[in-house]
Amino acid sequence: MGATLVEKVFSSRCGKEICAGDVVMADVDRAMIHDITGPLAVQKFREMGGERVFDPARIVMLFDHQVPADSIQAAENQKFLREFALLQNIHNYDLREGVCHQVVMEKGHAAPGEIIVGSDSHTCMYGAAGAFATGIGSTDMGFVLRFGALYFRVPDSIRVEANGAFAPRVGAKDLILSIAGDIGADGATYQALEFTGDTFGAMPMPGRMTCCNMAIEMGAKAGIVPPDAVTGEYVLARRPGAAIPDLASDEDATYAEWREYDVSDLAPQVAVPHNVDNVVDVDLVAGTHVDQVFIGSCTNGRYEDFAEAAEVLGARRFSDDVRVVLIPASREEYLKTLRAGLIERFVEAGALVEAPCCGPCMGGAFGLLAPGEVSLSTSNRNFRGRQGSTEAEVYLCSAATAAASAITGEITDPREV
Amino acid sequence: MRIWKFGDDIDTDAIIPGRFLTEYDPMKLAEHVFEGTRDDFRAGVQEGDVLVAGRNFGCGSSREHAPLALLGAGVRVVVAESFARIFYRNAVNTGLLPLLCPEAGALVEGHEAVIDIAGGVIESDGVRHSIEAVPPFMQEIVDAGGLVEYARNLEEVERCTGSHQ
Repeated sequence: MGATLVEKVFSSRCGKEICAGDVVMADVDRAMIHDITGPLAVQKFREMGGERVFDPARIVMLFDHQVPADSIQAAENQKFLREFALLQNIHNYDLREGVCHQVVMEKGHAAPGEIIVGSDSHTCMYGAAGAFATGIGSTDMGFVLRFGALYFRVPDSIRVEANGAFAPRVGAKDLILSIAGDIGADGATYQALEFTGDTFGAMPMPGRMTCCNMAIEMGAKAGIVPPDAVTGEYVLARRPGAAIPDLASDEDATYAEWREYDVSDLAPQVAVPHNVDNVVDVDLVAGTHVDQVFIGSCTNGRYEDFAEAAEVLGARRFSDDVRVVLIPASREEYLKTLRAGLIERFVEAGALVEAPCCGPCMGGAFGLLAPGEVSLSTSNRNFRGRQGSTEAEVYLCSAATAAASAITGEITDPREV
Repeated sequence: MRIWKFGDDIDTDAIIPGRFLTEYDPMKLAEHVFEGTRDDFRAGVQEGDVLVAGRNFGCGSSREHAPLALLGAGVRVVVAESFARIFYRNAVNTGLLPLLCPEAGALVEGHEAVIDIAGGVIESDGVRHSIEAVPPFMQEIVDAGGLVEYARNLEEVERCTGSHQ
């Protein structure tokens, strides 16, 4: 019987045939912890009798949710993790490199065929590298730190096949929002999304990251793109000598569902408050006043997003009625954006540009909303209260739509500015 | 136990907002449970009350602060039509029992309920609704009293063992 990509990853790691539904204790190749969920993971590791972590070289630590520390408590948590990393000989990127998922990808910690866990729900982003990657809680992470392995119920897969080329100013974020709208916020619970078809084949890594990142917004355990030449080039540039296994699902693999998309007619998409699957074509909400526009996060804070925003902006200014907050996802993306002259352009146009971090994305550090305010964001969640007041509203969109809306002060179709 | 009734897609940001995540003591987290989305819960919840929800309870973040906040508030059991994956696992790991009940929607806010876990039944207003047990591989963790207890005396774990469920 044929196997899905996810079944193949587990079979390969376990050295025997593993099928969806199997529950296995499997080794993990990498574990990622950050400033929010890390301290509790360390505490649980110790409560489990942990003294030395399973393998310091396989653990990635960094701070991104509350950086620079926005409270004494946040500073204490970071200090605690810093000391743990030093004691255990874990490399700690600290607050220097940026948002966890972007950093894991760009530092070469994710490669095809690997099993990766992170104590953050958007860990599924590393499926862009052809890895099986999933978010776990702090207690599960404590177990991983101790044993280097974790129980997994191997998920069924939904095959999402997209074909065709995007129209100008329409892209990966619009596609994944459209898919989320169709599948629903819990439509892929306990399953994996396997992204295939010529649209994904032609999609550069940033777009693949955006799509895999949002698999969790449908309840999925993982999102995964079959590794190809694009994956190989990206991974080898960051981890020279990495093995790039020839991984593909079998033609007779069994899928829970098979969905097909033709992206050529896709319009820019917007997720309307307060659900990620409440998705409409941009023209349905065009004209909605926005108080804040945020371009950033692990979903869409890469150079390509800022380049797209800059192209939409041209020589214009952002509206004085909008607070425009731009946060590159990492130091590397920040430098690329800076060296291309885009940061200067954005600042001239009236934007606030912050150092790499999660920013307003999880409503922790800054950029929060007052009651009644409306935010348009390139991040991944529009839950009530996600970016501050529970009486505020968050809309989600691509960087192109965010930039167009930041110019006019209202939700705007990026094809019309 | 008294029923606190919630709808579909109750996310982890609603259970415990992001700005309180520097804390991880259950009692301190409980001071902010459902802050801004359902403030009467915090004021009125009592030890042993049961939270009943619709579909996709606990969707969103991996923050274990969500089950901890509920535990800190005195809730030991959550009954829902379905759970988000990470929350479900976090709940089992921390000792908050997540029970699946397809008929959770029939349960009424403020009414009393009696749960018979061994019998797989929740009874309220004289009606018995069946509840599903946690999967067998997680039952061991529940029986141990959470993943920490389960793991405390383990020296090593055997890789790639498991079963088809």
